[in-house]
Amino acid sequence: MSAILTIARRELAEGIRNRWVVSMTAVMAALASVIAALGSAPTGSTATGALDVVVVGLASLTIFLVPLIALLLSHDSITREAERGTLLLLLSHPLSRPQVVAGKFMGQLAILALTTVIGFGFAAGFVIWRHGAEGWQAFAMMTAISVLLGAVFLALGTLASSVVQESSTAAGIAIGLWLLFVALYDMALLAALVARGGHAVPGWIMDLALLLNPTDAYRLLTLGEGASAMLSGMGGVYDNSQLTPALLAGGLLVWCVLPLALAMTAFSRRNL
Amino acid sequence: MTAIITAAPNDATVILEGVGKSYGGRPVVSALSYALPPGQVVALVGHNGAGKTTQIKMMLGLTRPDSGRIRVLGADPGHGRTARAQLGYLPESVQFHLAFTGRETLGFYARLKGLPTRGHDALFARVGLLEAADRPVRGYSKGMRQRLGLAQALLGRPRLLLLDEPTSGLDPALRRELYGIVADLARQGATVLLSSHALTELEGHAERVIVINQGRKIADGSLAELRRLAGLPSRLRFRASDGGLRRIDLAEAEKAATLRALLDTGAREITLEDPSLDDIYAHFLRSEAA
Repeated sequence: MSAILTIARRELAEGIRNRWVVSMTAVMAALASVIAALGSAPTGSTATGALDVVVVGLASLTIFLVPLIALLLSHDSITREAERGTLLLLLSHPLSRPQVVAGKFMGQLAILALTTVIGFGFAAGFVIWRHGAEGWQAFAMMTAISVLLGAVFLALGTLASSVVQESSTAAGIAIGLWLLFVALYDMALLAALVARGGHAVPGWIMDLALLLNPTDAYRLLTLGEGASAMLSGMGGVYDNSQLTPALLAGGLLVWCVLPLALAMTAFSRRNL
Repeated sequence: MTAIITAAPNDATVILEGVGKSYGGRPVVSALSYALPPGQVVALVGHNGAGKTTQIKMMLGLTRPDSGRIRVLGADPGHGRTARAQLGYLPESVQFHLAFTGRETLGFYARLKGLPTRGHDALFARVGLLEAADRPVRGYSKGMRQRLGLAQALLGRPRLLLLDEPTSGLDPALRRELYGIVADLARQGATVLLSSHALTELEGHAERVIVINQGRKIADGSLAELRRLAGLPSRLRFRASDGGLRRIDLAEAEKAATLRALLDTGAREITLEDPSLDDIYAHFLRSEAA
């Protein structure tokens, strides 16, 4: 365990040293603040909390941005060490390869959690200052689930980094994964639904389809219930689904653990 | 081929028994057997691509042999993670993360070996890096990086030190320092294995030399033994009394008598050249190819 923590701390220190944490926090804070400023403006007379409106806008942003940041962070986590020429030295120490993978993942998760919490917190602070704290629970929940979504894509990026030799290849895979899960998958799903010509798709197929894409699971989890469901229109999907928040969160966890386990296996098998 | 058989002692730090490894069908190491006892400085000599780094990687458990058996510090390096705590490794042209200082870098590796992060000033002093310890590695010269790499390898008083081409690209002063440190460690009972592609610089530093060619051991012994095994003639050049330049090849046994006779004839400008280590190395490679 201590080896994992040593690697994780090193990864975090590296993120701080190369200004990753600062620049990503700034990007997150800036985008979140813009959404907060725009989103919270017209809510003066509605019954909805200002933060609820911000949740809807921010969640939509998160679906694009957080996976991108996570993949940027993790796609070269192993290949970078190899290319820098530090991998052999690292592995000559008394630690196992799964520990290296786990440590790097934890360090990157810490970076991602820091940037997300600070960035979103900045926007939340602004809204609370202007409109009050109503709806903060939903906001806090959304932030936590955003970090979980980030963890999923960190794991996917780590997997890409463990199966290829070069960072550039891993970057290609990462871009492909991002496009697939953020854009192509939903388009394909929509196309399939249209092709059915209005015939109802069995509920369990739809549920499965939503679970098989972590960003869909995230969307449903953050926007399916409460005030944001009404605002985002996701309530309709959610109400027709058997998926509970626990099931969705569990799905995201599986999405996180499975690629990580695969990455550990792939990396352990590699001849260096 | 002529190889001196050294009996494998039971307390050997490293034991290779019939080890073979091939990459993509091409054998890199084949049927390799040797044992390294504690307190010995052993040089692994061979061309680039002779399989030296592969052997070191197998000892580290980073690569698994296809055949044969390896024991390092009493354990299978593929499994025994704990054995690696007593092992120091300096990779060929060592690299570090550039943004961290020397002290932070050493602290990180110390922690991985289960040692305290701080308090390694003595080690920095030993490799002559104390003043630069708090500067980022970015500004280090190649020699300073190598010093930091050596400090890292020396963490925790290793029982086995694996140095992959430790002197390539080092200036003579640092090279001498490095061999001094290596000798100190060996005196304290550590086994030191260093790879090199130049025999010449090992004179007086390595007690034993294992010559590797295309993954196979072609000679094993002290430099004096290798010299004797090769049986290469010394080269005698002189200006004879009639004024002509002469050159004759002499076997070790004929040297004294020939020289005496030569002086009696009044020869001048006498030079006697013993076969250099590079000649011996070339001889082993040639006789291997024949």
